[in-house]
Parts: sequence; C-alpha cells; structure tokens
Amino acid sequence: MALAKAINESLRKALESDPKVLIMGEDVGKLGGVFRVTDGLQKDFGEDRVIDTPLAESGIVGTAIGLALRGYRPVVEIQFDGFVFPAYDQIVTQLAKMHARALGKIKLPIVIRIPYGGGIGAVEHHSESPEALFAHVAGLKVVSPANASDAYWMMQQAIQSNDPVIFFEPKRRYWDKAEVDVEAIPGPLHKAKVVREGTDLTLAAYGPMVKLCLEVANAAAEEGRSLEVLDLRSVSPLDFDTVQASVEKTRRLVVVHEAPVFFGSGAEIAARITERCFYHLEAPVLRVGGYHAPYPPARLEDEYLPSLDRVLDAVDRSFAY
Amino acid sequence: MTVESTAARKPRRSAGSKTGTTRTTAQSADAPAVDAPATAAKRVTAKRAATKKPAAKPAGTGADPDLVQLLTPEGRRIKNAAYDPYVAALTSDELRGLYRDMVLTRRFDAEATSLQRQGELGLWASLLGQEAAQIGSGRATRPDDYVFPTYREHGVAWCRDVDPTNLLGMFRGVNNGGWDPSINNFHLYTIVIGSQTLHATGYAMGVAKDGADSAVIAYFGDGASSQGDVAESFTFASVYNAPVVFFCQNNQWAISEPTERQTRVPLYQRAQGYGFPGVRVDGNDVLAVLAVTRWALERARRGEGPTLVEAFTYRMGDHTTSDDASRYRHDDERVAWEAKDPIARLRTYLEASNHADEGFFAELEAESESLGRRVREVVRAMPDPDPFAMFEHTYADGHALVDEERAQFAAYQASFADVEEA
Repeated sequence: MALAKAINESLRKALESDPKVLIMGEDVGKLGGVFRVTDGLQKDFGEDRVIDTPLAESGIVGTAIGLALRGYRPVVEIQFDGFVFPAYDQIVTQLAKMHARALGKIKLPIVIRIPYGGGIGAVEHHSESPEALFAHVAGLKVVSPANASDAYWMMQQAIQSNDPVIFFEPKRRYWDKAEVDVEAIPGPLHKAKVVREGTDLTLAAYGPMVKLCLEVANAAAEEGRSLEVLDLRSVSPLDFDTVQASVEKTRRLVVVHEAPVFFGSGAEIAARITERCFYHLEAPVLRVGGYHAPYPPARLEDEYLPSLDRVLDAVDRSFAY
Repeated sequence: MTVESTAARKPRRSAGSKTGTTRTTAQSADAPAVDAPATAAKRVTAKRAATKKPAAKPAGTGADPDLVQLLTPEGRRIKNAAYDPYVAALTSDELRGLYRDMVLTRRFDAEATSLQRQGELGLWASLLGQEAAQIGSGRATRPDDYVFPTYREHGVAWCRDVDPTNLLGMFRGVNNGGWDPSINNFHLYTIVIGSQTLHATGYAMGVAKDGADSAVIAYFGDGASSQGDVAESFTFASVYNAPVVFFCQNNQWAISEPTERQTRVPLYQRAQGYGFPGVRVDGNDVLAVLAVTRWALERARRGEGPTLVEAFTYRMGDHTTSDDASRYRHDDERVAWEAKDPIARLRTYLEASNHADEGFFAELEAESESLGRRVREVVRAMPDPDPFAMFEHTYADGHALVDEERAQFAAYQASFADVEEA
C-alpha cells in the first residue's frame, strides 16, 4: 500500500470508529485533496464529516479549535508546508497553550496534517520542512512517518491523542509502497525505531530522510562500514533514549534532515546526545541538512537537499576524527 | 477604484440589501429620532474628520439614524417597534437587576484598578464605561449558550456567574486563565486580538452539527476588527451559517488608535459584505443592548446564522493600567461621553418610573462596598503558584521532555535544601 493510501485508510478507519472525528481543509472533499490523501472520504462520510473549507488557514485551525472545544476531533489539512504560516499564530498562541491556560480542563485533540519536504520539483512555498518551528513550541507534538505502515498507525494514534499533533507527511514518499498490517499492535507513537542494525556509526533521521539513510547504509556496507539507521518517527517528544543506546554502541552519530541545519532538530539531538554520551563519542555529532537559505528553485533542490553523497561525506568526516 | 472613491460614492443609507431588512426594522417609522449629540462630541467628530476621513457618514455622533437606542442619555425611555418586544416583559426586579449588575461590575473594576495601583496586580484592563454593553449582552445569553470573551469582559463574566476574583489570577500573575470554561460556558480570556472569534465560530459550527438550539457569542473590539482572524471568522460563520453573534464593543480606541484608523466604514456595515445582518446599538444603553443581543441570539438559535452587533460605546479609562490615554486623547471627549454614562441613565429611568426607591440604592451601595472588600481580601490572599505548576498541563498525555526537565528542576530545587541543612 502506498503511503498516501495508508493515511487515507487510516482516516477512513477513524471516521468509521468515532463519529466525532472530522476532516477539514481546502479541497479535501470532492477533490480528495491535492495529493488525493482524502480521496473518497467525503463521498462515503458526507460533507458534514469531511469539510471543504474556505481558503483561509488561520480560519481552518481556529475553527477546528472551536470544534474541539465542542467535543469534536478535527483532523485538518494544510495543503502544503509553506502555507501553514497564516495559521501559525492560531497554532502557537492558542492551540498549543489552551490546555495549560485552562489548568488542564480543556483538551484539544486536533491533528494538523502537513505534506512537507522537497524532492518533487515544486514551486516556492511547496517544499519546506518547518518541523523545528513547531517542535520548539511547548504544547505541540510533532511526528513524521517514513513508511506506509507507520503512516497508517501513527495517524490512528495521533487522532486518539488528547494533545494537538502536527503530523508531517513526507510528500515525496506518498507513492512509496510497503506492507501495512492493519491488525498489528503498534508501538508507542513517540518511540524511535532501529530500522537497520549496525555497529560503526548511527544515522538518525525521520520522514523522507529515512529511506535515504537506508540507501547510505547499503552504500557504506560496500565500503566495509556497518551503519545503524534510526527512524526517529517523533520530533517532539524525541526518543533520546533510543538514540543514546545506539550511540553508546556505535560511538558515532550523524543526524540527517531536510530542514536547514541551523537551529534545526539536528542541533537539539547533537546537544543532548553530547550531554548524554560525551565519554562514548569518538567524534562530534555531525548534521546533514538544508542550508540557511530560502528553499531554492526546483532546479537547485538536488544541491540543497541531503543526498547519498553528502551523507556519505559526513560519515567519512566522522571517521576522520 | 480607490477606497476613498468608493466611500465617497457610497449612499448614506443603503436600501434593499440583505442587511437592509434588519436596519429597516430597526429604523421603523415608530422609532423616534435619536437625541442630538453633545456639543463636545461634535467637536471631537470634527477633530477626527480632520484626519482625512472620507466622505462616509460620521460614525456615532448621536445623529446616526442606524443607532438602536431605547433609553436616551437623559434616562428617557423611547419607543422602538422592532426591539421593544425583546425587553417589554422586563419586571421591575429585572430592571433593578441590570442596574445592580452594572454597579457591582463597575465597583469590581474600580477595586481591581486600585489593586493594580497598590502593586497587587501586574496589570488591569478596565471596562469603565462599557458596563451596559457587557451586562446587556451578557444577560441576553442563556446558560447553554457559549461565550468567547477577549480580556475586558468582566461584566459578561459576571453575568455568566464566574466568580470575579477568578478573573484576577492572570492579572496578578498566578495563572494564565484560572477557571474551567465548561462550568459556566464562559471561555478563558484571550489576549491575542481576535483569535477567539474563530474559536467561537468553530464552536458554533459544532453546535449546529449537534442540532442544538443554543447560540454562541464572540466578543471583540474595534481594533480587533482589523485582524485577519475576525475577517476569517465572518467568512466561516457565513458560509456554514453558524449560530454565532459577533459582538463588537466599539469603544472608540484600540490603545491609542482611533476607530478611524481601523475602518473607513461603520463597523456594523462590514456584515453586509459577508451576507449577514449588522446592527449598531447604543452600547451605553443597557436595554437596547439587551434587546438587540436577544434578537441576534434568537436568530442564531432559529438557524438563521450569524449577526454582527456593534455596541457603540466608550472606554472611559486607559486601555490598561500601563496606558496613558492623556497622550493621545482629549479630555473633552471623555467629558462628552460621561454625559452618556450607562449607569446614570438607567438610574434616572428607574427613579423616574418608580422601579426603584432610595432603599434599593442604599442597599446596593452597601453590597458594592462588600464586594470591593471581598475582592481585595481574596486577591491579597492569593498564594504564588507552586513552582512545579509550570510543568503541569503542558500536555494532556504527557511528554518525555517535560518529565525530564521537571526532574532536573526538582533536583535543582532539592540542592537548596542540602545547603540549608548544612
């Protein structure tokens, strides 16, 4: 099943099992979303459950907050990563803080789906990775699946969460297929996974970069290096215990994400792992990601995004210490 | 076409529009002309006109034929065929109740202002002058309605039976909210301007989905009317026909910016562009506000969608205790509005129509003092929160980082105990 289809199936299951679940967003109904992630849901669940909204992101999130206060569980779609900013105020000043402001009396179980990241040759504002901006905000949880199975299960768990969850969907992986066991018992939403065992260096990634890191590990294996690959899955909270355990074994860590490196999630991982594993590390924690520049035009994105060679280069630098 | 040229060509009275129905009703032939404005108000209007105001009709000079009024500033009850039915059944007891609400709210507000001056509160946003707008609209709501305030709706909170001392926690700095909104259907104060209008709209969409016949009311100010969220809430409310009343307290000033800096047309007319009615009511006339808000809420309950009510009122004090209105506002303006005081005019009416006697006023005075004393005592006794409270309620389902940092903080705190023991 393709990752996009897995999310669709997951949303379908949520709509079936809980009448309070709503899907909201621009074009999510008749069109089924610009990526067709919500395809067919309005046809089967009606316009009251799968709601085409006016073209107003702050309005989408703000009204979702009101619906959640009324007892609904809205799953809202922001059409593309770079379009979330009109809603950023509602997300940061209201959605994230209302539970605390009400001393726990209010719960806002809202999922904000954001297709994110580059690699699809899109125009400006359609390829960004703003996850650090959300992870920095207390009150929000931030997750990103890397494969269809996680997409299916993590969406179920995000909808069941009583906290607001920013659900970053790796749009360049929407069409990647994988087995999805819809009967499985999933692990915790915020637990990282070791997706490839290794002994010499740890690659930590999430979302679209997990697949790249697995390719890097294959390439490194041909050079005689055994790389362990972690799929972090959750950016906030971040499962530092799993990263720590891996680094204590491999003694080297390279963090890979598409977002700019500066003040990114890799910086947080590097800082905390340095604190936790200072005497285990053979090299400083290295980061591979985007540059401190606006996301470039599509013809340059291959240079901007982490690539097999850029990650391998970081691996080499780690071993050079 | 420029804004100026549009405004210049705008007819002084629009007819035949969707909102026209409302205003035509409000301005029925039975409705007498509104009292002429005070001289000082004319002067102020002239002063504002000098800030290159377009040729639209002057807003709220008192000569505004669109202003719904049932009680003149002199306390004279005037007829209004459209809105009289909404207050016709008020008993003497209920009329005295409205007066009592306004007096006690003003007393509470004055006490809070004093407490801020004495250093007991970090800040206070006074409602002085806006008592009628808040009590009239607040008393129009039913218990099952849901209220979304901004941060100055102390009178509305009073009407919703929120203990007024609960409002002071955030101003004292012991919490950021402090009451359970679901108990009185009175949402927490929202400080970011206009955000709550979207929450109200979403809540109202939920009410409609549930098939309930309750309504929602969202408070905001003239400054907030410039915010995108307010515009978006109008759009959502309109297209989903949400049962929400947008209650704009136009108190003439957004901190130092006059309403003319927010809009080139009277605010209630904004509703027309969104396809729902807008009404301007004398915000210092508690009867008119009660009537108009009841009408709008009933409309919402009947499934007829949103309404914008612009309560034309005045912020008698500073924006907050951190503000200094004398830097941007002329005293004459305040003096002119003092003549329209909401409490004085209802008192005149109550006395003239024998709805209340001296005993009532004396008793209320005593009750007022007692409220002030209680507020003072409760605020002074408010303990600082436990330091660990800052970690509580960040997340409903917990968060590993919060747990880790709470533990670090506990260890740090405990280190002081070790020092003390040594």
